[in-house]
Order: sequence, then C-alpha cells, then structure tokens
Amino acid sequence: MSDVPNNLKYSKDHEWVQINDNVATVGITLHAAESLGDIVYVDVNSMDKELKQFDKFGEIESVKAVSDLYVPLSGKVIDINETLLNNPEFVNEDCYEKGWIIKLEISNKNDLDQLLDPEEYKKII
Amino acid sequence: MINKELPLLMDQSKKGRKAINVPKYGVPKAELPHSKFLRKGIQLPEVAQLDLIRYFTNLSSLNYSIDTNFYPLGSCTMKYNPKINEQISGISGFSSSHPNQIDENVQGNLEIMYDLQNELGEITGLPAVSLAPLAGAQGEYAGLLIAREYHKQCKQDHKNVALIPDSAHGTNPASASMAGLEAVTIKTTKEGDIDLDDLKDKANENIAVLMLTLPSTLGLFEPNILEITKIVHDNGGLVYADGANLNALLGVTKFGELGIDICHSNLHKTFSTPHGGGGPGSGPVMVAKFLEKYLPYPHIKKEGRKFKQYKPKSSIGRLNGFYGSFGIILRAYVYIRSLGEGGLREISENAIINANYIQERLKAYYELTSSRRCMHETVLSASRQKKDGVKAIDIAKKLLDEGFHAPTMYFPLIIEEALMIEPTESESKETMDKFIESMIKISELSKSNPKEIIEAPINLPVERLDEAQAARNPVLAWKKQ
Amino acid sequence: MKNSPYIPSTDTDKKEMLSIIGASSFKELLSDVPEKKLFPSLNLKEALSEQELVEFFELLANNNLASKSFSSFMGGGAYNHYIPSTVKSMIQRGEFLTSYTPYQPEASQGTLQAGFEFQSMVAQLFDMEVCNAGMYDGPTALAEAALMACRIKRNNSIVVHQSISEKSLEVIKSYSKWQNIKLINYKDINQNDSSEYGCLLVQSPNQFGEIEDVEKLSNEIHNKNGLIVQHTYPVSLGLLKPPGQLNVDISTAEGQPLGVPVSFGGPFIGILTCKKEYIRQLPGRIIGQTVDKNNKISYALTLQTREQHIRRESATSNICTSTQLIGLMVAVYLATMGPEGIKSVAEICYHRAHFLASELNKTNNFKLLSSNFFNEFIMKSKAKPFEINELLLKNNIEGGIDVSKNNENRIMFAVTELNSPETLNKTIELLGGNFD
Repeated sequence: MSDVPNNLKYSKDHEWVQINDNVATVGITLHAAESLGDIVYVDVNSMDKELKQFDKFGEIESVKAVSDLYVPLSGKVIDINETLLNNPEFVNEDCYEKGWIIKLEISNKNDLDQLLDPEEYKKII
Repeated sequence: MINKELPLLMDQSKKGRKAINVPKYGVPKAELPHSKFLRKGIQLPEVAQLDLIRYFTNLSSLNYSIDTNFYPLGSCTMKYNPKINEQISGISGFSSSHPNQIDENVQGNLEIMYDLQNELGEITGLPAVSLAPLAGAQGEYAGLLIAREYHKQCKQDHKNVALIPDSAHGTNPASASMAGLEAVTIKTTKEGDIDLDDLKDKANENIAVLMLTLPSTLGLFEPNILEITKIVHDNGGLVYADGANLNALLGVTKFGELGIDICHSNLHKTFSTPHGGGGPGSGPVMVAKFLEKYLPYPHIKKEGRKFKQYKPKSSIGRLNGFYGSFGIILRAYVYIRSLGEGGLREISENAIINANYIQERLKAYYELTSSRRCMHETVLSASRQKKDGVKAIDIAKKLLDEGFHAPTMYFPLIIEEALMIEPTESESKETMDKFIESMIKISELSKSNPKEIIEAPINLPVERLDEAQAARNPVLAWKKQ
Repeated sequence: MKNSPYIPSTDTDKKEMLSIIGASSFKELLSDVPEKKLFPSLNLKEALSEQELVEFFELLANNNLASKSFSSFMGGGAYNHYIPSTVKSMIQRGEFLTSYTPYQPEASQGTLQAGFEFQSMVAQLFDMEVCNAGMYDGPTALAEAALMACRIKRNNSIVVHQSISEKSLEVIKSYSKWQNIKLINYKDINQNDSSEYGCLLVQSPNQFGEIEDVEKLSNEIHNKNGLIVQHTYPVSLGLLKPPGQLNVDISTAEGQPLGVPVSFGGPFIGILTCKKEYIRQLPGRIIGQTVDKNNKISYALTLQTREQHIRRESATSNICTSTQLIGLMVAVYLATMGPEGIKSVAEICYHRAHFLASELNKTNNFKLLSSNFFNEFIMKSKAKPFEINELLLKNNIEGGIDVSKNNENRIMFAVTELNSPETLNKTIELLGGNFD
C-alpha cells in the first residue's frame, strides 16, 4: 500500500475519502496515523446525523494526543466501523482498508471540488 | 533500586491474616438498621503486618525521589523538602485540630494562616491573599472567577475572553474553559515572548483577562511586561500571572509592581512542600487590594488581637470543604520563617545562576531556544539529536539510566523536542556537573550509538512500558485471575 | 542569611559558575527585568533557626484546643479515627514523600503500584468498578462528579437532594457558576412528568448522619434518564450497603476518615468512583496496569488524553496536582485494617454512637432528633451548645458542632472508635446532670 493511494481523495485535515456511487468511505491518512502514534480509541457517535462538509464527526485518541475528525463531504452518517471499538490499532495497521472509520451518504457531489488529489495532498505533508 | 516481583496485595492475601487488632465495642449493642441497608460481606486484602510493611517499603524503593535523585524538572521546582517542615506539621496541636471548631479554639492555626497571607502578599506585591485553593490549577480557577466577578460587578458582562499565549501550560485553557471564558491564543515569538502586534490586534473590549506565565514557560523574563499589562488595562481587562515559576522572582521583582492584578503560587513548588508523588499541593491566589472583596472564603482577618474567619463582601464562593490544605500551608510557613528576607533572596539568585550555568555548559551540544540569559530554568531542544534518530523522550529515558530523573519533555509545545531543565537552588555544583557530563555523553552517543539511547532505560526495575495497551484495554483495579 | 543549609553553593562556587557563564555579577543575568522594578524591598518576618522554629510553633500549637483535648465528638465532614502506626511510618519514607508525579513510569513504579492499590481497594470498599487516583477533597470530587454526569448525559441540569451538605452545595455552585448549569431542588421535581435531568446528587449517610434510601432515589432518576451520584462516608461502608450494590452510577466521598489526620481541614482526598462505561469522562489521574518491553507487569498513568496537559480547553477538568500521598495513606490504612478491621470499626462507631445518643436521650437535658443514623446524630438540648462544649473541655473532651436553628438549641455529635467507653460514660455523667 502506498503512503498516498491514487484512487482516493483527501482533505486538508488528513482524512481520505473513497467514493462508490453515492457512498463515501472515510478514514485518516497514514501521515495522520503516524503523527498521532498508537491509536487507543476512536469516538464516533454521529450515526444517522446529517453533517455539512468539514463538520466535526468524532475524535480519535492516541496515547499522547487527541484529534478531532471532520467529514470531508456533506452527507448522512450511515455506517460506523464497529471493529475499531475493540481493535483501534487497525487504524495504525491498515488505515486505508480495515481502518476505515465511517461511511457517508453523500448529499452534495459538488463538495468534491473542495478536496485534494493525491498529488495535491502529497504537497501538504 | 531493587528488582523483584511485587504481587498485588490481593494476590498475597490469605484468609485469616490480619495486620492490626481493634478494641471491643465496650457498650451494649444497639439494634442495627433494616437489613436492606446492611452490607453482606466485604472484600479487601488480608495480610500480616510484616508482609504489609515489607510490601510498601519495597515499593518505595522502586521510586526516584528528591531525597534520592536529582530532578531537573522544568517548571516543577523540585527543591529540597526540609524535614523540619514535616516534623512541625506533625505536632498534635496541629494535626488533631478539627476544622469545624469555633475560631476561639483554633487561634494558633488562624494566626499561621493570617501571617502566611501577609508574607505571600509581601513577596508578590499583591497584598490580598487567599490560602483556600488546593492546588495551582484551583488557584488559577479562583483567579479567573475573581476576574469574572469583578467585570460582572462593573457591569461588563460582555467581557468573556481569556487571552492565552500558545506557550501556556495546559491548565490555563482548561481553567478558562471551566470559568466559561473563550480561550483565544496569543502568538509568541520563537523565544516565547508575547507577540506585541498580535496582542494589540486581539486586545479589545471583550477581554476579561490575559493569562501570563512569568517567567515564561521558556524560562525567560518578558522584557515588554510593562507595555503588555498597560495594553490589557487600556482595554479594561485584568492581567493574571501564573506563578508556577515564582522561584525565579523572590526578591528579584514583584508581580504587583509590574501591572499584574491577580496571580497564584504553588506552595509545592516555590515553597518546598513535598510533591508526594502527585500531591497534595496548595495554590494560594493573590490579588491587588481592589479585588480583595472577591476572594474565596473563608478568608482570615485580624481584629484587635484575635484572628477570625470571614466571608469577603463579594466573595466568589467556597472552593473546598474547609480552609484549604492546612498541613501544606503550615509547611510553607515554616519554610518561609526559616529563611526570612535574606534566605528568600538567596533562593532566586542561586536558582538563576545554576540554570544559566547548565545552559552555558550544554549549549555546544544541544540547541538553545534563545541566546538570552535564562531565569531559573532553561529550555533546550533535542532537534540536533533528532537528526540522528534520537528524540527528547529517548534522552529522557537514558538519563533515568544515568540516575537522574528526566527533565520536563515536550513542553512548552512551541519548541520542537523540548527539554526543560530547572536545577533549583538546592543542587550543588558537583551534582550539576555530573548531570552535565551525562547530557554530554548522551549527545555524543546519539551519533556513535543511538541504539543505546533508544533502548533505554535498562537499569531500572522496568523498561519502557506498553502505554498503548494501558489505554486500549484499561485495567484500573485488581481483578481475580 | 548566608550559607543557608538548603543551598549548597558557596561564594567560590558562585564565582566559578558566573565566570563560566561570562557574567561578572548576578544582576547582569537580569537584563530583561525592567531596571526600576528590580530588587524591591521585602518586608518579611525575621528568620528563625531550626530550634527556634520548634519553640515558636509549639507555642502556636498550644493556642489550639486540640493540644489539650484527648477525645473529640466533632464531625461534620471530617472525622477523628484511629490512624495505624503502619500509615505514619510509610508516608515518612522520602521515596514516597518527595517523589514527583509519575509521568516517567520507569522511575515511579512505587507511586504507581501504590496508587493502583488505592484504586483497587477503594473500588472494593465501594463495590464500584473503577476508582481514579484521587481528587482534592470530598466536596470538589462531588462537584466534578456532577459535571461529569452532565457531560455523559449531555444534560446540564443537576438535581440536588436535601441530604447534600451546605458546604458541598456551595462548592458545586463555585464549579458550575459559569457553565450554564441548572441546579434544581429535589423537592421541586415532579416524579410523574416527562422531564429529564443530568443527575441527582444524594448524600448517604447525609449531612446530619442519617441513612437515606439511595436505591429508591436511584430508580427515580434513572426513570428521568439521569445518573445518580451518591456522596458517602467511607467508614460507614464497613456496615452499610456500598454504592455499587445500590445501583449507583458515580460515587464520591471524603477519604480523610480512612487513615488521614483531621489537620484543620487538609490535606484531604476526594474519592471518585464510577461504572466502567464512564471512564472516558472521569476527571483526574488514573493508573492502569500494563506490561513493559520484557512482559513484566507494570503500572502507568493512562487515559491521559482526558487531562489538561493534552486536551487543554476540552479537558474533563483542569486538575493537575491532586493528592497522591494522601492516597498512599488510605491504601496503607485499608490494607492494615483488612475486611475484618473495616467491619469492626464501622460497628464500633455505630454501637458507641447509639449508646451515647440513647443515654443522653434518657436525661432531661437532651432529646434525640435523628433516626436511622450511622455514627453522627443531632440532639435538641436545654443548654446552649457553647455551654455544653465548655463543660466538656474542662474535662479535656472536645464537644460537638452547634447546629442550632429556629431558636432551638441543637448540637451534633459524631462518635468513633477513638471515643472510649470510659469517655462516653464520663460524658453522660457530665452532661446528664445540672449545668450550673
């Protein structure tokens, strides 16, 4: 897995998004996971909530830091990765696949314009 | 330090063992409450007295402490905790003194509190002093409550912003939040001084208070202090100084003469009361005369020859169950009485010379955060060592192997790989020289054999802990295996 | 005073260091301090040598009643209990006393493991799942618990039962004043409507020593989607059902009665316990068990991201230094007393208190007002509490607290294992007769 996969889009807050029709899968990038260190807890209680782009949807904690999580697109939270409850380390082990955090039903496809391509994201890290 | 397994008491427990005998009732038994209120069975360890004493004594030997090791912890002022303070606080007239007694029967205690109020007022130049807060963070919170109450009484309710430098200690924004203030960050220069332009920009009529640490968390004195306090006052705000670093200012300058309105102090730092592994502490709050009526209660006053507790006219309220941490207050007062003016001046003089000495001797090996003279502590950066893959935390762990407690790390947040070193006036040149030699050795090792630093500590009863596991699967109490 | 015993540097040392620093005087190091504000006058009391300190403070101690009395009936949030010799001997160890907050766990396993024992034993005493490493004192622990419940339930209304002491209520007000918290009297609640609350605060044994029906109150507030917070008296838990068996969500207490001297009100320790599901909202330090690199069991501060040094303005509390050493005293106390000792002390307190209460009640001078109490009770008295206490003091006994109200003389007594049967009989004899 590359540090910045080519099939994803990115936000300035170091979230990645994978689009599949109307559903977006969201997680944090390798860069973010490495800066945080060993993840100990992922706190998301926005199930079924309608959020605007860049609203806070949860928090992610490591041993020594805690970071807010922001939705990269507007939409409704339709799924939360429950496996992270008992295995928060999945975010460190595989942040782009089994470390996914939430799934959104996209409400405004135009929001994608606000996100970064892999090349643009590489520039900011 | 010993290196043996010390199983928890519940794992050593055996039914029928006991460590003490208690008296018989000696009176007729009364009827017990209804059975729905009664406990059936209680689980606690059962151990004999020798095993208990051995256990805790062995545990104590697993600790570093001031009595055993040098603790160059910046901002903590790990100075010697004089034994006479302990002895006097153990006098039964003090330790058995009940806090619900009427004033007439506790004149000794009230006199001590009244005198310490005055001594601290004189030292800081802020004459109205409350000894109620139970720690620095509570003193800080009290200071903010006083500011808010003052503004409220002046009908300035819109003042709800606390300006806080980005170099501040975490308790500052936490306390501001508890006091319902919006924490607005003020930029500091790379030497930790307040960025005057940013301050002028953000200082407006909504400022309730500017929270400053003086000397700053980089161990430097704010050269523009007079202008800073004036800017805040011109906007109708108050200036609060976090007095954690007061050890640099005893007899050097007074907060009250620099335009500061409110400050707190940590008796368990500047005034030698023991840290106890994390408390108890005491964080008196000192204010200018015009703010005296807002002080928490009970406050102590003198009427004629009698000492009395009272509630100030517009008091912010009660912060705790009784008077404050009296045992700690007493220890601090004993300390101040053992030193007097001359002794207190000597403290800051030596604390500052010691810190500058260490800074001077280490500057060739570690990045200095400033070329200025420091006050009582110096902040170094391990940025050079980081290039060799050695971080501040690794240096800290290696220092443990060398027999020194680590300095404060990663604080202030604005300095990369920060190591904050505060020797205090308690340390001899010989001790400091040994510490300096270890720091130099580590700096050289980071080039020749960084692995040795990264694997540290190896000489202690335990090596680096899996803190991720501790947070992921918290085990917070004994459980039967 | 030159050559302080607390400062090793000699004039020679200082000269040498200054020369290495490249300064010719101390003043040269202070160029950042405004010149006109440098070296102000310091008008402090004269310094005393060590032996003069002892004389000076012994005299002050003699101005306290405590230096003359050997038995006390004073309670009201701080209680005189017997402190075992084991406790006193352990806290004098410099390795515990002068050690720092255990942020470097490898060098602090003593403090950490002792703190873990404190958490474990207090959790056992309260029969609650989790106990933190200690708060400042009982009332502040209760205030923080109330705020914690509000955060968990996302509801800023706190219902205060009449059992909560005045002092605790005042502290809760200080802590909640600027946080949009609503304080509601329990008596104003309609149990039958659909309103919801953050929590209900109840104290049992209450501020007058009486036992409350906590389980009933717990059901009530749970029906209103709120949490129950029980503030309790830890010694009573040797006899009474602990919070964990009363369906309590969060329980607090003043830990002082467990091996800590009354010491004019401090330093004390706040106990804060809760159900495991709430640990992420628990303020204060928490010690967790883990392993080191070599799989050796060891202890460290954990869940630190809740705390001020990381979370800053979103921290669960601003608490930093708390009361670790007092926690050590409590741990040694509980381990010394063991289950039998804790049970016995609770029973002695109960029976001796009831003995004194019933005997005084038999006299013409008193009428017992309390019922269903543990070891603290209120009596209506013919004489003023001041007179009662004066008479007792003549016999070196410290009396009770004046709780007179509505023009009625009332006095509150607390009885513990430190009040011997002889003292109780003497008290009954003194107070049973005429006062003039």
